[in-house]
Amino acid sequence: MADASTSSRGDLKLTRITKSYSDFNAVDDLSLTIKEGSFFALLGPSGCGKTTTLRMIAGLEEPTAGSIHIGTTDITTMKPYQRPVNTVFQNYALFPHLSIYENIAFGLRRRGIKDVKSAVDKALDLVELPHLADRKPNQLSGGQQQRIALARAIINRPALLLLDEPLGALDLKLRRQMQIELKWIQKEVGLTFVHVTHDQEEAMTMADTVALMHDGKIEQMGSPADLYDNPKSVFVANFLGQSNLIDGKIVDSDGDNFVVDLFGQKVSVLKSRSSAKDASVLFGIRPEKLRIQPSDADKPGNVLTGGRIVDVSYIGVSTQYQVEMPWGQEIMVFEQNDDGIPPLAKGDGVRLSWEPIFSFALDGHEDATAGSEVEVSE
Amino acid sequence: MSTVEVPVPTLPFGKRFTRWFGRNTIRIYAVVGFTYLFIPVLYTFAFSFNDSAKSNLTWVGFTFKNWQNPCGAPEVCDALGNSIRIGLIATTVATILGTMIAFALGRHRFRGRSATNTLIFLPMATPEVVLGASLLAMFLNFGINPGFWPTVIAHIMFCISFVVVTVKARIASLDPRLEQAAMDLYANERETFRRITLPLVAPGIAGAALLAFSLSFDDFIITNFNSGTINTFPKFVYVSAGRGIPAQANVVGSSMFFLALFIVLTGELIGRKRRKR
Repeated sequence: MADASTSSRGDLKLTRITKSYSDFNAVDDLSLTIKEGSFFALLGPSGCGKTTTLRMIAGLEEPTAGSIHIGTTDITTMKPYQRPVNTVFQNYALFPHLSIYENIAFGLRRRGIKDVKSAVDKALDLVELPHLADRKPNQLSGGQQQRIALARAIINRPALLLLDEPLGALDLKLRRQMQIELKWIQKEVGLTFVHVTHDQEEAMTMADTVALMHDGKIEQMGSPADLYDNPKSVFVANFLGQSNLIDGKIVDSDGDNFVVDLFGQKVSVLKSRSSAKDASVLFGIRPEKLRIQPSDADKPGNVLTGGRIVDVSYIGVSTQYQVEMPWGQEIMVFEQNDDGIPPLAKGDGVRLSWEPIFSFALDGHEDATAGSEVEVSE
Repeated sequence: MSTVEVPVPTLPFGKRFTRWFGRNTIRIYAVVGFTYLFIPVLYTFAFSFNDSAKSNLTWVGFTFKNWQNPCGAPEVCDALGNSIRIGLIATTVATILGTMIAFALGRHRFRGRSATNTLIFLPMATPEVVLGASLLAMFLNFGINPGFWPTVIAHIMFCISFVVVTVKARIASLDPRLEQAAMDLYANERETFRRITLPLVAPGIAGAALLAFSLSFDDFIITNFNSGTINTFPKFVYVSAGRGIPAQANVVGSSMFFLALFIVLTGELIGRKRRKR
């Protein structure tokens, strides 16, 4: 395929980008490098600045400060049509007056590329809709329009493909299917994908690297597993999955571990998994990492005793417990139903245990509810 | 399959009628409404076949001679020609200017935008008599005598508002993301306008042009003030009303009606075909 954009390939680099509106900063001093060929997700609740960031990369908004580079080319002030970047818009934005064929051919024709036909056919094959070339966009289902929007962008072989909540309008089943397909297509064409979404599951299943955004800044960036297992802030811990966060104090240091006092009970956490600024911490442990046993059981590892089950929900593969601790806090526990032992009952006295490597410690001065009640619907 | 005869209990007539009426109210209303709307048109059409000598007020007899010779009555075609010429020029200029204003108002934020939005409605709200009289006064003050061009200028003026309103509505319904998508796909501003914006707004512009032409063609009051010795079709009909309108006027009127009908139907058919494809 002919290629107008080979000159500017390479990593995408945002350097200290700020986008200010009259009364607030949608994006606030954000720096970010996205490796060429990777599948990158910008995740965050609505209003966190992820879409604004995407639009600045596309050239549809101009940053108030900072610069954007692809490889060594500065694209900060280039017009959208001068950038080797293509976008799959949230509602697809297919041209209603043009056929599917002409929609897909649009980018090639504008760049004056010959042999449009074979490229369009190839793109239609890639999204498995070769029979729809002569239709108009409004005759296609949402899922089909989504794929055509993807084909229309991919055919240009951009250095960077931007996806703005591309699966937002699809129903759940189709979404799951398209997630797998998108991932496959990304591997197939080897382009850099930057995917904006508010759906944490979508970001985690698809992306190599996830950047969780909050109030115009990146809260934390890393592999999905890294973000989930080792959150650095309360917002991350609560936005990605669920977390039990318990007030505690670091009372001792023991080799690689800190000893943390949780309302009189001593537990440990790896120093490498602590982002505490002083002795005050929020001790975190994911519900599925907890083991629940009757009070008289004896298990090694970190243990909290004195719990009482206040609620049990049996959900087939697992059982969900709400356990009230002596200091009044309710801890959530997900227990796999794989041991043949019938679930414990409401009112039972229990102890909770876990492998110390699964726990993490956050700055104790943060609000323990941050990120848990965020509005995720767009 | 065999059917079993089941005696259907019949409702009393009164009840049946109420039920039938209830079901068909909207249809009946539509028939009455359309009859009311189209009787005058039908009357005009019928009287274009009237074999009248001078006045076309009473039915004399059926003839095709008016249709065979529409320019038979003195001045009819002269006036018609003027009306069409004024209409075409006014429409073209008003559509171009109005569309440009509509884009400015619909797409850009600038100082005085909302004021412009309101002011553009004023010519539509001003009584035509007042507009016509003021225009005449203005032309005379500038030393321009009433005639063809003053009429054209007056027509352009009152058509612009209607064009702006019509085209602006179409622009408002246009998703700005389509233009962004075009720019994202390597189309510069000019190409985006030509290939995406203009084709999508075109039906609105066409509608506005048709509206402008019919407004211009139809106008009597403002024209009467500013046209001087130039005769237009409405002026001709009005003036001849005193001494008897020739049947040829009905021919012209009916033709205009059918032409409009034809344009609307063609547009509708093309639209349907496009949607189906």
